[in-house]
Amino acid sequence: MNEPILTIKDLKVNYGGIEAVKGISFDVTEGQIVTLIGANGAGKSSTLRAIAGLVKPASGKIVFRGDDITGSDTNEIVRKGITLVPEGRRIFPDLTVLENLRVGAYLRNDDITEDINWVYDLFPRLRERSWQAGGTLSGGEQQMLAVGRALMSRPKLIMMDEPSLGLAPLVVKGIFDIIKEINKQGVTVLLIEQNANMALKTADIGYVLETGKITLTGTGHELLTNEAVKRAYLGE
Amino acid sequence: MSFLQNSLPYILAGISVGGQYALIAIGYTMVYGILRLINFAHGDVFMAAGMFMVFLSASLPLGISIPLVLLITVVLGFIIERVAYKPLRSAPRMSVMISAIGVSYLLQNCALYFTGGLAKVYPQLPWLSDTVSIFSAVTKRVTLITPILTLVLVIGLSMFIKHTKVGMAMRAVSKDFETARLMGIKVNSVISTTFVIGSLLAAVGSLLYFTNYASVTPTSGGMPGLKCFVAAVFGGIGSIPGAVIGAFIIGIAENIIKGLGWTTFSDAFTFALLIVILLVKPTGLFGEKATDKV
Repeated sequence: MNEPILTIKDLKVNYGGIEAVKGISFDVTEGQIVTLIGANGAGKSSTLRAIAGLVKPASGKIVFRGDDITGSDTNEIVRKGITLVPEGRRIFPDLTVLENLRVGAYLRNDDITEDINWVYDLFPRLRERSWQAGGTLSGGEQQMLAVGRALMSRPKLIMMDEPSLGLAPLVVKGIFDIIKEINKQGVTVLLIEQNANMALKTADIGYVLETGKITLTGTGHELLTNEAVKRAYLGE
Repeated sequence: MSFLQNSLPYILAGISVGGQYALIAIGYTMVYGILRLINFAHGDVFMAAGMFMVFLSASLPLGISIPLVLLITVVLGFIIERVAYKPLRSAPRMSVMISAIGVSYLLQNCALYFTGGLAKVYPQLPWLSDTVSIFSAVTKRVTLITPILTLVLVIGLSMFIKHTKVGMAMRAVSKDFETARLMGIKVNSVISTTFVIGSLLAAVGSLLYFTNYASVTPTSGGMPGLKCFVAAVFGGIGSIPGAVIGAFIIGIAENIIKGLGWTTFSDAFTFALLIVILLVKPTGLFGEKATDKV
């Protein structure tokens, strides 16, 4: 059994007096794909934002590879090897595709040519559009660029916030194939999704989040066949 | 030949003043580009640089006082951002703007205190203040040096923004603070860098500008500051080439109007231009199409 790379203990996150995350605890095991599923407002994004250091948790503990990173600055957290692909892709529209990748490697001082080629091999479409402004890409290509940009920091853990949002089914399948491929190459993945069906099929472990609390845990397959999950998230 | 003799000095002066405006306008446009803030204190930083020069050159040789003026102005710009704008980062934009107006009056009144309200004689800069004749038109050497120095600085700045890592971070931050943070960029350092560059250029601008005038007063920053703001809006606020072109157009137009004998109206022209551009093309010559940050 692998060690957990990330441990969340009793995490609480508040937004202007509203408790968005009400004390959740979970582990992410190194080398796995872990997913948090749940409806809108369940606290999924807030959890990822707290891990990335974009919001300070109200209480609780976030431990990454043995280091307590609770409340650290985002740039420290990125340096330690966690990256977040934000909801809505948020690529830099005025920067070229290549510059978007370069900015993803902002904290690195070593040679990044190899990594750019690695990302271009994962997403050949991006290589073709290397000199185009990011804003001219289609939604699917922008999602590829957002994932590629996150990979440029050479993360140990990549977190993705709704990567399938607003994309055509075929494109979504492509994105999930890539998530599996990235994972195979050794990057641990923490994924949050409303597309529970896709997420659970891809994930090793799943957690169900309801109004700020974890209500169910299991392997992807267990949750896919769980009656409550089927009724609430899979529409069966 | 008499046409050249009569009009060339005005055109040269226009190009020169345009260059000085450009150096100040860049500060407005860069800060707006990154913070969406109209930094009303920028004209007063420019005035403060003039005052520093007056006081420092009184006791130090120019070779030391000029670099010192640049340094102190940069520090002033840095401190203004840290003290008056950074604590308001998540406040409504209007609060930051009001803070900027406060800083503007603070600087003017500090200058009033230190000068006792008297106009301070600006030192003669040897070589720059010397007169030269070009095509039989007589002018100061600074008139010829300004546009060249401006272009060199603008090209250098553009290269910096386009080709360096910090420049790339500036472009990223100007679009999206939060995503820039996710890349590991220290947003506050990038913002400080912007103020440092803006203040440095304003200090260079002040050296060139005040060489043409006899003295500096606490309100000396007001009119050039406003005009450079107009230049930045005219060129499309947020755009550096826009601010530079806007500044040259305003500088040249003003001096042509003076040459025609309508000196009284030269300032009015600049502000009429502001009204027209806001009515006809609010985004300016090179403005962003998207009007606001998402």
